[in-house]
Amino acid sequence: MTTEIARHWRLNSQRYQLVGEVCPKCGVKMFPPRDVCMECADDTRQPDFQFSGRGEVYSFTTVHNAPEGYQESAPYTVALVKLEEGPLITAQLTDVVNSEVEIGMPVEMVTRKLRAQGEEGVIIYGYKFRPRLAVAG
Amino acid sequence: MPLMKPNTDVGIVGYGCYIPMYRLPAKEVTRIWNDGQGGVPIKEKAVGGPDEDTMTIGLEAARNALVRAQIDPQQIGAVWVGSESHPYAVKPTSTIIAEAIGATPATQGADWQFACKAGTETIQAGIGFVAGGMARYVLGIGADTAQGRPGDALEFTAASGGAAFVIGAAEESLAVFEATYSHVTDTPDFWRRPTTHYPSHGQRFTGEPAYFHHVLSAAQTIMAELGYTAQDFAYVILHQPNRKFPERAAAELGFEKEQWVTGLLSPVVGNTYAGASVLGLTAVLDIAQPGDKILCVSFGSGAGSDAFIINTTDRLPDKQKSAPTTQDYINRRIEIDYATYVRYRNKLKMH
Repeated sequence: MTTEIARHWRLNSQRYQLVGEVCPKCGVKMFPPRDVCMECADDTRQPDFQFSGRGEVYSFTTVHNAPEGYQESAPYTVALVKLEEGPLITAQLTDVVNSEVEIGMPVEMVTRKLRAQGEEGVIIYGYKFRPRLAVAG
Repeated sequence: MPLMKPNTDVGIVGYGCYIPMYRLPAKEVTRIWNDGQGGVPIKEKAVGGPDEDTMTIGLEAARNALVRAQIDPQQIGAVWVGSESHPYAVKPTSTIIAEAIGATPATQGADWQFACKAGTETIQAGIGFVAGGMARYVLGIGADTAQGRPGDALEFTAASGGAAFVIGAAEESLAVFEATYSHVTDTPDFWRRPTTHYPSHGQRFTGEPAYFHHVLSAAQTIMAELGYTAQDFAYVILHQPNRKFPERAAAELGFEKEQWVTGLLSPVVGNTYAGASVLGLTAVLDIAQPGDKILCVSFGSGAGSDAFIINTTDRLPDKQKSAPTTQDYINRRIEIDYATYVRYRNKLKMH
């Protein structure tokens, strides 16, 4: 469990704030952060970039037989979300009726419980996506 | 003078709220526990989803408050979260929220507890912290995922929701605190021991010596000390454990329905505990006009009330629509049945 805590703790800024990187050479935005630019292979230190959290569903599937730690959420939908800034990221959808999810659905990032390490362990929080909130004009 | 009035004027620079989307109609509770018979204290209550807790609720409210405040989170000198349902017994909610909004590491983090008035305590302390020059801004949050014992009267109303306020200098504020006052006594009307899951309460004792004594005393004192009557206020918000208590208290204080109806959300949201009076305040700030005078009075069992007199400024209209309003969250609504509620609120024991 101790190793698990450190592994999750290192990802706080990614998971809480959707912080990735932008390549100083070609300008491509990346999530999660990488040592080498996936577009131009530049390996200089890339500055942090905070994503807006807005995107749309690129593809999705609904999980009925959930892995350990996620059974309480099943059935739930996992989506590839195309962020406005470019990257595709995999995340769970929340606050949604599974049968109403569709490709192209506008979504926004929220921070939710991903899972808990049992009754006595640490609670892991991170990003999920929900249908974009309807706001009166 | 018993009032707390800072030497330097302090106000609300940004505010935000969050209400989960699930609603449990009170008639569902009656259907399961009372054979569908008898009256219900509210129409429905907001229920957090299985991945929501006080941290996630407080965080979304805080993000909305920061959108309205338009400040650098690194200038927030304290992040304080008031709740009776912190996710951990030991491990602060405030540090998670502070990290997620980008306020760490040079900030003060603390969790507050005083039943339903823990949220307003963070605001009251924030006024002093900012006025004393200890911090440029303080983020005060009241949020809860309140639990009622299955079959108990509280199960009709115990709800989830919260609100957050960025406290700062008056010249940056959309509303300014004129004064605040706290009235507390040792009155054991409602409590929860450390290792128990559900709270206990003193039945009818929760009314006269607890809610009404503290709410009315706090409101009457702050109004009398400043020479105000009910007619001086555009809005009043009282703690709302149900519909009946705040309506009766408001009437006893001399307020008319048009003064309290905007800030009375319990009929459609339930009692969000530390989030209750502050959610009423965000609903009022969403529609108030510059120059409006607001009275907000919380109540926390154990027991006590915090009263605030708040005057809105010319900065308010530009901020109102810059983040989702309280009504936006009320409108986002999916009705659930009792079985779904039992699952979402972790009332099913698997072992």
